[in-house]
Amino acid sequence: MTPISVYLVDDHRLFLSGVRSELDAAFDILGEAYDVDAAAEDIAALKPDVVLVDVHMPGGGGEHIIRETLRRAPTTRFLALSVSDAAEDVIAVIRAGARGYVTKTISPADLAAAVRRVHEGDAVFSPRLAGFVLDAFALVAEPVDSELDQLSPREREVMRFIARGYSYKEVASRLHISVKTVESHVGAVLRKLQLSSRHELTRWAADRRIV
Amino acid sequence: MASRLSLRRSASNRVVVGVAGGVGERTGIEPTIIRVALIVLCLASGLGFILYALAWALSSGPSAAPQARLRTTDGQLRQVIAVSSIVAGILLAARAVGLWVGDAVGWPLALAAFGASVIWVRSERSEAHAQLDPLAAVFAVQPVLRLATGGLFVLSGMLLVLQSGYSAGPAGALPLVVAVLGLTLIFGPWLYRLAQQLADERRERIRTEERSDMAAHLHDSVLQTLALIQRTTDASEMVGLARVQERELRAWLFGAPRPDLDLLSAAVEAMASRVESQHRIAVETVVVGDAEIDESIATLLDAMTEATLNSAKHSGAESVSAFIEVEESTATAYVRDKGCGFDPRLVPEQRGGIAESIRSRMERHGGRAEIISEPGKGTEVKLQIARTD
Repeated sequence: MTPISVYLVDDHRLFLSGVRSELDAAFDILGEAYDVDAAAEDIAALKPDVVLVDVHMPGGGGEHIIRETLRRAPTTRFLALSVSDAAEDVIAVIRAGARGYVTKTISPADLAAAVRRVHEGDAVFSPRLAGFVLDAFALVAEPVDSELDQLSPREREVMRFIARGYSYKEVASRLHISVKTVESHVGAVLRKLQLSSRHELTRWAADRRIV
Repeated sequence: MASRLSLRRSASNRVVVGVAGGVGERTGIEPTIIRVALIVLCLASGLGFILYALAWALSSGPSAAPQARLRTTDGQLRQVIAVSSIVAGILLAARAVGLWVGDAVGWPLALAAFGASVIWVRSERSEAHAQLDPLAAVFAVQPVLRLATGGLFVLSGMLLVLQSGYSAGPAGALPLVVAVLGLTLIFGPWLYRLAQQLADERRERIRTEERSDMAAHLHDSVLQTLALIQRTTDASEMVGLARVQERELRAWLFGAPRPDLDLLSAAVEAMASRVESQHRIAVETVVVGDAEIDESIATLLDAMTEATLNSAKHSGAESVSAFIEVEESTATAYVRDKGCGFDPRLVPEQRGGIAESIRSRMERHGGRAEIISEPGKGTEVKLQIARTD
């Protein structure tokens, strides 16, 4: 089996070289870029399996790169990796098409697991992203337009566990369900996050700047 | 260019911009004769001004570099001449068709306007010019000269208006109006420039202040921490220092302008940062919903802090997750580590930490605490309280 090919985008070179050395053994690192334009060109040409992308960068950040390249490299999957950013930036990257968000304090082993998970088409939710989601989809009294605009009780429960620091496996064992089921719940939440037209979502993200 | 009337202004033979000289060179007539004719035409009906301006506009520049004939910079004087010629032409035309306030006032006003133009043209260009041309510094006396000349024109114009006895308003108002107008004409551009300079300086000062604020902050925080890290040999201590600094810097960069500790989210961050700085453990915080800190929230926060400290002290884990969710009627917090864990049944009832600080504190305020732990499987503390409203 060929190793998963990975491309790295971050304007912090020091951090980038750290990530590179952590992932080098298990993955095929195709290249790295420090700015938006170079990244977009490279990704379209190299079509890596997974792109680790910084949320906040001069010249548009992760959101911009994903929107630029999603069509040109349709098989490439994106994982946002960043110091904990403002909620609005994180939500914007997810809505642009990233399949997950992890903070840079993640351990090397967890990061490698997250890359594999994203490559397999699953969603990766860090506790912080789960917190953002719970916040954004907070229960409201007013009726919502569609199923996309609210979380099911089970999805909410799963998000709570992730926000509390549980891994997917731990969530599965606590809820007496399979890891696959947890993954499908998380995937559904990701889809809602990306597709929901719920106006609170954007308003909430704009209102709030969580550090 | 030469095709237009094929008139080329003279580089060597010139009084103003070389029009007469150019015409002379072109036609073979002595330039002095042309000049006298122009002056006569000027005095007669002002036609001379118009002709001169027209010839200047239609002619092309001299083939050779202009030679100095007055000690002023060519472009500036030319501009003054051009502006005043055109204005004079317009005035004459206006006078001819009857749009005229009368010779007694009109001419002095025109004179004053000319004086003003002498000052204004100079004023607008002086600064940029002085920067570009080191020679301008040599002619530093020139602005004074110009101001004096222009001022003289303006003043004599004003005096002539006064002398004419022209009166349009109440007696005594005219001299005042004339004086104000004159002063504005003379000092207006200078005042304008001064105001602009002050605004520029102010903007620059604000920028400098911001920069030094930032420098001071980075010095007190980031640089100090970096220095500390260099002097530390213990890896885990380095990580701790880096983590505290990261949290602080992030709060400074993205956070509210002032630390608003009235809000739960800010208080949780502060708590995490305190625990991290005192113990070698990372505190991952997630706050869902936010609230102002009232009695119930404060209770929850205190118990949560205690639970986090317990994890930091006893679990041996590298990180602890602190999650808090505020809903309409309840607030719930979870503190979880993946450390050594313990058997809750084996902990003596009266042991300070859990029994007093967490459980009974919560129960006193109508909340409850639940501790889930097993040796080797980490610990999770669940805290829940009804919100006071």
